Amino acid sequence: MALSRRLLPLFLRRGGGVARGPCSPAPARALSTAAAPAEVVEEESITVKGVRISGRPLYMDMQATTPVDPRVLDAMLPFYISSYGNPHSRTHLYGWESDAAVESARARVASLVGADPREIFFTSGATECNNIAVKGVMRFYRDRRRHVITTQTEHKCVLDSCRYLQQEGFEVTYLPVRSDGLVDLAQLEHAIRPDTGLVSVMAVNNEIGVVQPLEEIGRICKEKGVPFHTDAAQALGKIPIDVNRMGIGLMSLSGHKIYGPKGVGALYLRRRPRIRVEPQMSGGGQERGIRSGTVPTPLVVGFGAACEIAAQEMDYDHRRATALQHRLLDGIRAQVDDIVINGSMEHRYPGNLNLSFAYVEGESLLMGLKEVAVSSGSACTSASLEPSYVLRALGVEEDMAHTSIRFGIGRFTTEEEVDRAIELTVHQVKKLRDMSPLYEMAKAGIDLKSIEWSQH
Amino acid sequence: MMLRAAGKRLLGAAAGRQASPAGAARRGYHERVVDHYNNPRNVGAFDKDDPDVGTGLVGAPACGDVMKLQIRVDEGSGRIVDARFKTFGCGSAIASSSVATEWVKGKQMEEVVAIKNTEIAKHLSLPPVKLHCSMLAEDAIKAAVEDYEAKKAKLEKADEDGTPAGAIRTT
Repeated sequence: MALSRRLLPLFLRRGGGVARGPCSPAPARALSTAAAPAEVVEEESITVKGVRISGRPLYMDMQATTPVDPRVLDAMLPFYISSYGNPHSRTHLYGWESDAAVESARARVASLVGADPREIFFTSGATECNNIAVKGVMRFYRDRRRHVITTQTEHKCVLDSCRYLQQEGFEVTYLPVRSDGLVDLAQLEHAIRPDTGLVSVMAVNNEIGVVQPLEEIGRICKEKGVPFHTDAAQALGKIPIDVNRMGIGLMSLSGHKIYGPKGVGALYLRRRPRIRVEPQMSGGGQERGIRSGTVPTPLVVGFGAACEIAAQEMDYDHRRATALQHRLLDGIRAQVDDIVINGSMEHRYPGNLNLSFAYVEGESLLMGLKEVAVSSGSACTSASLEPSYVLRALGVEEDMAHTSIRFGIGRFTTEEEVDRAIELTVHQVKKLRDMSPLYEMAKAGIDLKSIEWSQH
Repeated sequence: MMLRAAGKRLLGAAAGRQASPAGAARRGYHERVVDHYNNPRNVGAFDKDDPDVGTGLVGAPACGDVMKLQIRVDEGSGRIVDARFKTFGCGSAIASSSVATEWVKGKQMEEVVAIKNTEIAKHLSLPPVKLHCSMLAEDAIKAAVEDYEAKKAKLEKADEDGTPAGAIRTT
């Protein structure tokens, strides 16, 4: 780690050449009569996408992904270097030890959510799990169940899978959410029909961090006899999950959101009563026929280790994240007014803080915050020009939806990082507000809603 | 020792691919846009009621872009002597309006209405998705000029009609 950090600026400065020793001077230079070029001394900085920053930015985008915990990496490395067998090879030691490691990891994942190891199936990530859950369940029960219920704030992969089902002739109800981001339970109960095959509500929202009332939803679904699927990618290891207490039938889990490796996830499928799915990956029938393909032992071992660590450190991490979140919020609020917190503050995972700064546009704020790695809304949608659909579902006005910033706090976030983030954010917001005609008008007492804008 | 050399070679190869300033602009902000963002020229405001000042306010908060461009015109020569802007919008919008204020200074009003958004876009190397920012800047210039002319016409009409000074004129 330290070695590459020392080497990297060297190569950036020299433009990619390998350093030559004093014993081999360039022959052409020795015979030249022209003056030698002056030694260019650049300050150590990185220029990427037209922006120059000194050093790497502070990472405050934990909802997008998390760094791998060194203890997880320690658990994974032997399976890359020496115990590299295919867990499905039944005939030799390499396969046997690999299989044992996979089963051990499976047990760890299961115990974090209160499930039986036979109910955990490894996949390539939460997106694949969501695809299997939504499409797999509905296609399996396609004769009797034609209706799906989900919310408007789900992750894109769930919404896209539902849209795909609509093209196949299924009906989908996209439930609206309240202005605090929580789903209305009465509306949910009302929407369930006799032919409803699945209710999908995510546990913790990736953009606004709101925690849905899983127990109540599970209870309603159990009463009506409808399988309850929850996308728990952001919830795993952060809030306590118990599949039996919460009546969960299917659950999507992701490795790289809990300080584990990227490229692995797990699907929880209840055994009693058994939920059946149609597999989306055809092949050799691995993972009990649910998901074919060689199970990636190192990734799965890493996932298992991450779950074990999370089980031990969940309380401590939660308390720490809460303290840091308050520090961040109070620090910003003390210096800047007219900010709005998107989503409920009571039912919220503390490591996610989504703020809207009035009269300041989000992209210009992000442009100035290059020393802090944050995101405006979700990483999936930041490429498009549209304001975040999650914020729109909350009923946030379009101009405020453009201004939101999501700060992610995690296990390795320090107080110094939070303080520096506050400093940089406040500085940028003040600078942009000085430049903003809307702020000027608001301070002069003009009601912005009363103006007739010349739209395009 | 060998591993370190191999690592150096790998790093060297990676760094060599990265260090290309022309490539950096491919999917990011152009240097000029970043420069205008970090050091915006002519941010500020004139008194809206000043008879020498024309104010153009274009765009809408719902679209995510609002530009206010103000020009101070020398009454005798019809030349723009100073300009200010305020923008609510992305980095490209800020840069476009900043460039607009730079370009209108010292020009005649007839000249500035001929400034095209394509020129601004080219100067900033705006990607196609950001062309509307330059359009808005062009509209802002035109709106400011229109506002000034309308103000002037109103004042002249007030003079002709002999309307009491207090009605429109503010000193």
